[in-house]
Amino acid sequence: MATLSFRNVKKTYAGNVAVIHGIDVDVKDGEFIVIVGPSGCGKSTLMRMVAGLETVSSGEILIDDKVVNNLEPAERDIAMVFQNYALYPHMSVFDNMAYGLKIRKFPKEDIRKRVEDAAKILELDKLLDRRPRQLSGGQRQRVAMGRAIVREPKVFLFDEPLSNLDAKLRVAMRLEIMKLHRRLDTTSLYVTHDQVEAMTLAHRMIVMNQGVPEQIGTPMEVFEKPASIFVAGFIGSPPMNLITVSTSADGKVTTQDGVALQIPADQVPANVRGHSVILGIRPEHITLNSPGIPAEVEMIETLGSEQLLHARCGQSSVVVRCATSLLASTPFKPGDQVQLGTDGQHALHWFNPETGRRVE
Amino acid sequence: MVERRPWLDILAHVILLCGVALVAFPLYVTFVASTQTAQEVASAPMSLVPGPHIIENYTRALTNAGVGNMLYVSLIMALVIAIGKIAISLLSAFAVVYFRFPGRMFFFWMIFVTLMLPVEVRIAPTYKVIADLGMLNSYAGLTLPLIASATATFLFRQFFLTVPDELVEAARIDGASPMRFFRDVLLPLSRTSIAALFVIQFIYGWNQYLWPLLITTKEDMYPVVIGIKRMISGGDSVTEWNITMATALLAMIPPVLVVIFMQKWFVKGLVDTEK
Repeated sequence: MATLSFRNVKKTYAGNVAVIHGIDVDVKDGEFIVIVGPSGCGKSTLMRMVAGLETVSSGEILIDDKVVNNLEPAERDIAMVFQNYALYPHMSVFDNMAYGLKIRKFPKEDIRKRVEDAAKILELDKLLDRRPRQLSGGQRQRVAMGRAIVREPKVFLFDEPLSNLDAKLRVAMRLEIMKLHRRLDTTSLYVTHDQVEAMTLAHRMIVMNQGVPEQIGTPMEVFEKPASIFVAGFIGSPPMNLITVSTSADGKVTTQDGVALQIPADQVPANVRGHSVILGIRPEHITLNSPGIPAEVEMIETLGSEQLLHARCGQSSVVVRCATSLLASTPFKPGDQVQLGTDGQHALHWFNPETGRRVE
Repeated sequence: MVERRPWLDILAHVILLCGVALVAFPLYVTFVASTQTAQEVASAPMSLVPGPHIIENYTRALTNAGVGNMLYVSLIMALVIAIGKIAISLLSAFAVVYFRFPGRMFFFWMIFVTLMLPVEVRIAPTYKVIADLGMLNSYAGLTLPLIASATATFLFRQFFLTVPDELVEAARIDGASPMRFFRDVLLPLSRTSIAALFVIQFIYGWNQYLWPLLITTKEDMYPVVIGIKRMISGGDSVTEWNITMATALLAMIPPVLVVIFMQKWFVKGLVDTEK
């Protein structure tokens, strides 16, 4: 049970290569924070700094209000689950989970009890004598988590723990992690590049891009009010449609190709009027055949219960996600003209093209 | 190689059998000679049927000719060289791979350079050092210069480099000190490599000839390889070939045993590593 705080944490490698440009976050006790971002955005580095595997160039990391910058990993009372599990190959499952406790000189009886309890939670109780190589990927993953939970640390760190598993197992393990967290209620930091993992697991998520936290908020905040073009394009599948438009003082919206969009003036906020802005609409918030964006159908992708309709409006391409049944009643084929209307219930998103930030 | 042609199989077997005969025949002759009297061995042509004097010859070799003591010297020498080399190499490879200290790469290259300097090349200065240190006719003199060599260090370094970094990190988070990590994780993982190196180094130590020849002058410090050479007297005196052959066979036994008992590990260590 602990809080975790970042105070203007920066990381610079030799030769002045800055990889993290300053992060300030306060993680509440028991909170599950997911750091999400594309590869190379600094999310793993940030986690490794919390673990003590990387030094902090400037700023402070606090666990339970105690600065841990100069503590050894073992002294920070954290546990980490690695992407490739990092199980000791020559030790049995039991010994793998018990190793940290043995080093900390826990009494034998206590070790046995803790490991057996953890094994029961993770359904590993029949595998305690096996070696890691005799286990499947999912089982290894559970052993790695078992090794973390037997120590009852203050903070759990997960470094892309599911990315070595196949798609089906990943979904199952995601649920297991969620259940585990509900049960143990330990403050957790979870790094992933998978937005679905981030959305489903996080209490709050940190969307990172090139060493900068673009947005910190609950999954719904991030989804409904992306703070920047980057977040808008990163979260959501398929990503948000972004169209460069210019707006007139009275709220008329035209694309850069001069096509007038039929967007009600009351949906165009006052402070974007008279500027060149980027308009964002989520693919699932578009209604077909209602006045809005005139476009030409390019292609239709079928995903089963849903279909993706790819259309083009001048230079901008627009994706629409709609139920398969809907398209079945009004079929389209490539080359057809279609009106893509905003559904009115969901806000349109406006971004400043220079700064990339959201404009309200 | 999916082709199946009977005559190819036969040809392959014939070649293999020829090879076996080529290797095995001298061994057989040695054995036969060690079971006959000196006169029988000296007579030409020598009989290729084993004689009745086997127990008598071997007893004489072990007692009168002092082969027992020689075998003991050889055994100590080979064991100290093999174990010493492995212990030092493991530790130095551990230092070079896992610790960042000033001059790390310099030391690594210094170790690497010694690969080019086997005992034979540096034999005169080494002799001088050992003589000045008063280590002639001692186990220390026999083994120390042979322990210092980089082959094993280099091999262990290459092996340690293949151990995933996450294992070190996991051990650090688990609270293991560097030496604890070395003992609990690296050593067990290197088991097969250690076994393979032990076999190679044991035989290397057992077969040393030139170095012991230089620094031992007392009979009771002769390893068995030197002993065999000394039994073959030149000039007027008669060489007791039956005893010499018995000694040669006795000298072969320990390396053969080491190979047989460690064969499984040896092969494992050379072909795969448990990771």
